[in-house]
Amino acid sequence: MTGADWRRDIFQALVDLDVRQVAFVPDAGHTRLIEMCCDDSRIVTVPLTTEEEGVALLAGAWLGGQRGALLMQSSGVGNCINMLTLVKSCRFPALIIVAMRGQWGETNPWQMAMGQATTESLRLMGVVSIDADRAEEVGAAVKAAGDMAFNGAGGAAVLLSQRLIGAKVFED
Amino acid sequence: MDAARATTYPLRRREVVSSLLFDRGELLVIAGLGAPAWDATAAGDSPLTFPLWGAMGGASSMGLGLAIARPERRVLVLTGDGEMLMGMGSLATVAALAPGNLAIAVLDNERYGETGMQPTHTAGTTDLAAIAAAAGIPVTGTAHDAQGLKRALSDLRGAVGPVFYAIKVRAEELPLALPPRDGVWLKDRFRTALLGDGAST
Repeated sequence: MTGADWRRDIFQALVDLDVRQVAFVPDAGHTRLIEMCCDDSRIVTVPLTTEEEGVALLAGAWLGGQRGALLMQSSGVGNCINMLTLVKSCRFPALIIVAMRGQWGETNPWQMAMGQATTESLRLMGVVSIDADRAEEVGAAVKAAGDMAFNGAGGAAVLLSQRLIGAKVFED
Repeated sequence: MDAARATTYPLRRREVVSSLLFDRGELLVIAGLGAPAWDATAAGDSPLTFPLWGAMGGASSMGLGLAIARPERRVLVLTGDGEMLMGMGSLATVAALAPGNLAIAVLDNERYGETGMQPTHTAGTTDLAAIAAAAGIPVTGTAHDAQGLKRALSDLRGAVGPVFYAIKVRAEELPLALPPRDGVWLKDRFRTALLGDGAST
């Protein structure tokens, strides 16, 4: 995990954690990771209509003895709030990988509200966050979050910063 | 909207759920919050039933995750019309994954039963089975009476899924039959029963 290809480092961390279900609402920052998961026969990929479905899906997976991970954009964190009751009340594991918007270089002002509220929203519902700003630390961050989530901490999120991903550019 | 009609529906929810869970064998059950969880408890609490006390809208997605994880086991989601309406998008997700071992039964009394029996949209024009079919779920139906229930039971317990039925049940207030409340315990109880003693580590 050198960081030269941090998206592959995330994928490798998920494989090393024995994650078998990967649910997502797409974000541009997750595109290659989603493709890698779709191409791997060990992993069932689950496209969602809204991120909160993924929180419940991961809980069901855990009941059945499988580990899962949930990929989303920071705006999706807001959609998950009540469903994270499963994490806070039942201590179901939730490994969440968030592609951040509404920070470093954001040019869509509508992304700022949820982007700036992401860490605190997760914290309020019992999910700890690890910020990943540098490519070389991304793989280790996902592994660390997974180790926390699957060993009883409940919810653990890795926030992939917009500085890492690159801010979205809008061109007319 | 016809808020009165459900008060005369012939099917009674407790009898329906007892039938659905009769001789349940290897069946894994997710029970949505409120009356479906009480119905499942009245039919006999089981370690392999996970009753929800919250997380409204999540029952079908939870069943989906479980069905993917345990393809060799039948998974039955018992939930209510209000809970299903809150998570309707999950029907599209279920259809997209199409697990053959997943069945969803909505006990549709056309009411929010825990909050004062206010009508839900199914008391009006909303047809949950039609929505499930349009989402792409291959086996769907609505049961209105004993004959319809017979077919629903057969499909929910045995058809290659995913299966979705709306079972129209009488709007009535029944004695509570409460499952255990501690979510951590319910989760560990389920996993230990399904996966063995090492499951909690």
